[in-house]
Amino acid sequence: MTELLVGTKKGLFVLEGTPGEGFEVTARAFAGEPVEYAMRDPASGRILAAVTSAFYGPKLHHAEDAHGEWTQATGVELPEGGEQALERLWVIVAGEGGRLYMGGDPGVLFESADGGASWALVRSLWDHPTRPDWQPGGGGLCLHSIVPWPGEPDRLALAMSAVGVWLTDDGLETWRHGNEGLRPNYIPEDAEPGMTLCVHDLHRAAQRPERMFMQFHGGVYRSDDAGASWTGIGAGLPSDFGFPMVLDPADPDSAYVIPLEADMDRVTPGGRVRVYETRDAGETWTARGDGLPSEHAYLTILRQALDRAGSGSELELYFGTTSGAVFGSGDAGATWAPAAEHLPPVYSVRTA
Amino acid sequence: MTTVRLREPLKRLAGGRADHALEGATVAEVLAALERDQPALAGWILDERGRLRRHINVYVSGEPGGAETPVGPEDRVDVLPAISGGAR
Repeated sequence: MTELLVGTKKGLFVLEGTPGEGFEVTARAFAGEPVEYAMRDPASGRILAAVTSAFYGPKLHHAEDAHGEWTQATGVELPEGGEQALERLWVIVAGEGGRLYMGGDPGVLFESADGGASWALVRSLWDHPTRPDWQPGGGGLCLHSIVPWPGEPDRLALAMSAVGVWLTDDGLETWRHGNEGLRPNYIPEDAEPGMTLCVHDLHRAAQRPERMFMQFHGGVYRSDDAGASWTGIGAGLPSDFGFPMVLDPADPDSAYVIPLEADMDRVTPGGRVRVYETRDAGETWTARGDGLPSEHAYLTILRQALDRAGSGSELELYFGTTSGAVFGSGDAGATWAPAAEHLPPVYSVRTA
Repeated sequence: MTTVRLREPLKRLAGGRADHALEGATVAEVLAALERDQPALAGWILDERGRLRRHINVYVSGEPGGAETPVGPEDRVDVLPAISGGAR
């Protein structure tokens, strides 16, 4: 039995089921409110839900289960009296030692040591001297990817739109860029991109932590030096534009992406929905679409709307669409089936 | 004192009470006093900068107002979600 936490434009939906046997909606919370991200903390077992009310601003809530009592987390705010306000919460990731990290807009990182009940702003990033030069992407100045290093709690990688990759090796004290080799196609070829680098998603290979994969705003990249430098691996894909990515934890040569037509046409290419898989670190890509819509299907899959459960031969994959469908695979992408078809627009999918 | 009147979900966060009598010379001042009196409301009406959230409307005794609108002891400040925020 797999639990899916699906954040949508109109609330949080909990789906439970087994790939191939179907899924049921077992709970809905925050009816009518945009739930931009939800996950279950593996250490505490709590569900954390980021709710960005158009009226009341972004709030984080936690509960033992979706039917239960929700409590608003504390500390999810910027320093009072400043020039900026917290706009959105984009991602929550479990780190080493039971710690949780949360990223948001405007380019902010929070950490929690108590299972998400209380949070503290990471001042080293908030006070970074280059911050005045940070430029937002289309979704705002969003810190959307947080990538721990298994077994090394002091090491962390972040990605922001559009401020590139940031790396720390000293427990969040200092930060450096990891952007060598990234070539944006949204500026002239002879222009210097500086920091304006629109990373869309960032992941680390669990069994080979110095290897990372990235979906860029036009480009798919791999790093074999812990994010210091990057090599394009998008050749062979129908489009190198897209948002989410996942890896198989059992295979450091693996990655899955869902290409969209282009920056200016963010739908599945040719009206066909296909997930692309590499098992040779990006040398080649294979389309996986058995069971997915293959005709006149112009779907959009957002940044946080793809996730996995299990690994290796038991790898499960799930993604949601802005048209309100969730698709799942129980065989590493070989075959797919709908898990839900008529939800509100899907913002995020996370397995538990 | 000025009366601040809340609807759900703000009313629920303020202990289930709609009307709150508060001191202050402007809308911003009475809303800041409301947050001090009802800490669960912190961040819901005013953001970290102390500004009214973009899609919150306030009316002072039935007239549209803003953060700097003066208020007196006979005034009622209604805090309402704006229809503009419903587009998402």
